[in-house]
Amino acid sequence: MRAPAASPPIQLDRTAAKRRAAWRRRGIVLAFMSPWLVGFTVFFAYPLVMSAYLSFTHYDLLSSPKWIGLANYRFLFTKDQTVWPAVKNTLWFIAIAVPLQVLFALGIAVMLSRARKGVGAFRTVFYLPALAPPVAATLGFVYLLNPATGPVNTILEKAGIQGPLWFDSPQWSKPSLTLLALWGVGNTMIIFLAAVLDVPQHLYESAQLDGAGFIARVRFVMLPTISPVILFAVVLGVIEGMQYFTQAYVAANVAGGSASYSAEAANALGYPEDSTLFYPVLLYQQGFRYFNMGYASAMAMLLLAVSFAVTFIIVQNSRRFVHYQGPGR
Amino acid sequence: MSTEAAPARAAAAPATFVRRRPPVAVRRKRFLVGVATHSLLIVGAIVFLLPFVFILLTSLMTSQQALSPRLWPQPFAWHNYIDVFSKAPLWRYALNTLLYGGLATLGLLVSSIPVAYALSRLRWRGRDAVFLITLVALMLPPQVTIVPVYVLWAKLHLVGSLWPLIVPNWLGDAFSIFLLRQFFLTIPEEYLDAARVDGCGEFRILTTVVLRLAKPAIAAVALFSFLFCFNDFFGPLLYTGESSQHWTLSLGLSQFRSLYQVQWNLVMAATLIVMAPVIVLFFLAQRAFVEGVTLTGVKG
Repeated sequence: MRAPAASPPIQLDRTAAKRRAAWRRRGIVLAFMSPWLVGFTVFFAYPLVMSAYLSFTHYDLLSSPKWIGLANYRFLFTKDQTVWPAVKNTLWFIAIAVPLQVLFALGIAVMLSRARKGVGAFRTVFYLPALAPPVAATLGFVYLLNPATGPVNTILEKAGIQGPLWFDSPQWSKPSLTLLALWGVGNTMIIFLAAVLDVPQHLYESAQLDGAGFIARVRFVMLPTISPVILFAVVLGVIEGMQYFTQAYVAANVAGGSASYSAEAANALGYPEDSTLFYPVLLYQQGFRYFNMGYASAMAMLLLAVSFAVTFIIVQNSRRFVHYQGPGR
Repeated sequence: MSTEAAPARAAAAPATFVRRRPPVAVRRKRFLVGVATHSLLIVGAIVFLLPFVFILLTSLMTSQQALSPRLWPQPFAWHNYIDVFSKAPLWRYALNTLLYGGLATLGLLVSSIPVAYALSRLRWRGRDAVFLITLVALMLPPQVTIVPVYVLWAKLHLVGSLWPLIVPNWLGDAFSIFLLRQFFLTIPEEYLDAARVDGCGEFRILTTVVLRLAKPAIAAVALFSFLFCFNDFFGPLLYTGESSQHWTLSLGLSQFRSLYQVQWNLVMAATLIVMAPVIVLFFLAQRAFVEGVTLTGVKG
């Protein structure tokens, strides 16, 4: 680097060039970011604000929104007879089906990690159902579990057991959906398997030297090491649980045997007896079947608040259970 | 120093650590545990496969048999798979699915790759904040924004077509941006600097260097996007529910049973036809799948 004979005009030239280069760089960033800036604004930021506004209005898509203040929220919290069952169903799913899914996926992953032969084949088999399109998988399960001629009840009968009504019974419809969810647990299982195989072998060995049996090694070595992945799976499961729609909708429609896409089909939602009326299903019904768009927006705002709160609570409390390796983040 | 020591230690290792055969009791216990693990896995695998088997068997029954409690088809009614195409316009649904999945995936790649690059390899003020907001967009349930978005498409008179499903993907997708960014971050800076020294602009670095290095991640993102479109039910139901000429396979299948009430054999044949492409795709692109799934989990 030779020190330049710094004469004022040259210096001026260089700052101008630098400024031009800086603007050029900003231009590049802007050009690269532009799709997302537009996409985020049009399909996320604007609808979010609009949703908040619409939640204070009465709006049916035909006439323009009419401001009604807090009436939607008042109705939502105090008068609507269907909201509470819908919330309860969704909570049931998050509290029971999601933990079961995580445990089940973890169990399969641990067993797979201990298998000596045929790991690849087993992994493929356990992953395959996760690939089945949700609508197809749901149809399959409604058939498998149908009380009259379904293979499951046929086999149960041969074993001398009177099978339940599954998707046709208010008590069994959610457990049936849970079975369906457990069948499609492959994605979580693959993530767990990768994490379990990543646990350093020397940790197990030193635990073993200290006299730790299998249970102790799982409890004190494996679980702490993979806890960030478990947290990830739980958060993802809860988020998905709050959006649970397709399987519930299809199962209710098919088991309820309603006529094709029509107004009556709206009444089949939640079949039987509102036991599969999950919160997103109710939101869909209010917004896009009854066209109570203001009310649906109020429901959306509640969902937004709850999903933020739940995610926040899980992440906050996770510090107690989750062990991060390496230097603190 | 260490180069000398290493071989010496390696040579000494076999001498000092001769692996002793474990005692009989330990060996027997290990053997039993292995047998138990494998038998559990085999039982589990059978249970996981049985639904597919029953769906296949039922799809080959005649309609009377499908209504009886029999489990094995007799005779095999192969023609169900021909009949099903005359009962529902499955080709039409497949074409719509391809249109949706193809156009959405293509647009999603073209738009999300540069965004992911700008969020990972370009330095600018506010980058981390923008990335954080993108993550928030990813976490939110889609139901939160669905009403105004629907109103938007209704005002454009595009409800009842596939465009409301396709177009948003042309403007970037939070999940794909996130995945691609995570992968771009693993590319060594030296490669990019070398290209810069050679006089490449950022656009050329992206198209020549980064695209080539990130092929596996891009393949995984494309695969996920296509699968999402294939499986998507809420979107098609919302925007094309009332115009059956635009139904995708998922939506068409969900309405199939309502049209042919108790013909479980045909319903199951249609179900398998919808499952088949995904499963074939999986066996063709198994590596991209597993890589993609782990990529989502690694950064958890």
